[in-house]
Amino acid sequence: MDLQQFLESAFYILKGTGWTAGLILGAMSLGFAIGLPLASLRVYGPRPLGRLLGVYVWFFRGVPILVLLFLVYFGVYPILERLLHSLFHLRHAFSPFSASLAALGLASGAYQSQIFKGAILSVSPGQFKAARALGFSSFTAVTRIVLPQALRLSIPAWSNEYSILLKDSAVAYTLGTLEIMARTKFMASQTYRHVTFYLLAGALYFVLTWLGVSLLKRVRRATMIPGLGNQAL
Amino acid sequence: MDPSSNSPGSPGPLLDIRGVSKTMGGKLILDEVSLNLNKGELKVLIGPSGGGKSTLLQCAHFLVVPDAGDVFLDGESAREMGKKDIRLFREKIGMIFQDFNLFDHLNARDNVAVALRRVKGMRKAPAYKRAEEELERVGLGGKEDLYPAQLSGGQKQRVSIARALAMDPKVMLLDEPTSALDPELIGEVLNVIQDLFQSGMTMLMVTHQVGFARHLTKEILFMEDGRITERGSPEELLDENSPSRAGLFCRKLSEVTGR
Repeated sequence: MDLQQFLESAFYILKGTGWTAGLILGAMSLGFAIGLPLASLRVYGPRPLGRLLGVYVWFFRGVPILVLLFLVYFGVYPILERLLHSLFHLRHAFSPFSASLAALGLASGAYQSQIFKGAILSVSPGQFKAARALGFSSFTAVTRIVLPQALRLSIPAWSNEYSILLKDSAVAYTLGTLEIMARTKFMASQTYRHVTFYLLAGALYFVLTWLGVSLLKRVRRATMIPGLGNQAL
Repeated sequence: MDPSSNSPGSPGPLLDIRGVSKTMGGKLILDEVSLNLNKGELKVLIGPSGGGKSTLLQCAHFLVVPDAGDVFLDGESAREMGKKDIRLFREKIGMIFQDFNLFDHLNARDNVAVALRRVKGMRKAPAYKRAEEELERVGLGGKEDLYPAQLSGGQKQRVSIARALAMDPKVMLLDEPTSALDPELIGEVLNVIQDLFQSGMTMLMVTHQVGFARHLTKEILFMEDGRITERGSPEELLDENSPSRAGLFCRKLSEVTGR
């Protein structure tokens, strides 16, 4: 394989970064949108609801991401497709990409809820009490007093979740989404240069991890509460 | 003055705690406790820890809903209030905690202003102006930009007093406001409380600073095992030869602390 060929193949793999980035940004956001309210409700909501939400966490943390992906794609999607077809005459509304995003996002929601729950619990309960004593509603006390602190405390664990999710996103190749992993596998089997291309893929994941983690480190520094010192990342 | 009040200017007590009981974790914490405060009055609650003093204050505030009994502010029953009214009720009762409970992510100005903005719905500029006035009042002018972690214990407690005062409370409940402070910082907080009393604020204060309290209050309440077992003037209860439990308790306290 000459250099020209290698560069073309490498560029082909590099283009998968967009899909991978889209997948993790989408799944992180979905996970955040699920995880934060879930954690708040589990700590401050009514107890029966908290238990019910605990089942969600228990399920999505207990099932391997690949199994989850297949369940969504082969189990849930056909039902939704049929429903949408009979209601709105829609066909093929769901792409394999969206299945990967949903599976990763739903699972990440469970993990993120655990991160936020821990952070919420480590904000001293007296502050919630003081806010209630001043006439805050529970909702406002949580959103204005507890969460701004809990979110700051969550950043280190959240950056960990990002790095795990990034690597989990490789499962999307099984449904044919052309992200980094799928493209690498294709190139490797075309050229029989497995080690070369998997090393390249590894390097790409490494750079993406590093980018995300350093960005979050900056966010953490920028939002540090004065006087509370350097909490180690 | 207050349109929500049934009986404006009524001669009855401003805060009236009637027969309040509370069981927590199977243990009777409050056993039909009653006490009332007239406008401008300061009453002092003393007694051994675990006696129910803190729970009584939290019940008076309906932060903890009592199992039985009721609390009346200006003749209005807290138990009959809906969710919204109970929040208004809480606004009118300022609460000071032993460990300050300042909002750690907000500087002193925002600690005072946040409730003005999010509870009273004030705009930013007037809320900040009011916050700065209250901080000035407790001797913290110039410290507005400091965060709780940058303040001493005494300063933190004064911020928390400013935070409560900004809500224009009718009554203040103080739960051992100086117990978490280093000895040399107690004075600055007590001075603020004294000023507050002299400006006519109605207060119920749990404290072990008996020496301070006896000069301000006309009535000391001694609380033990969920009941107010003794009440009377400082002279009656705390006299050297008084046989009261309260007197004994305070003499023990001063033996230990030398105060």
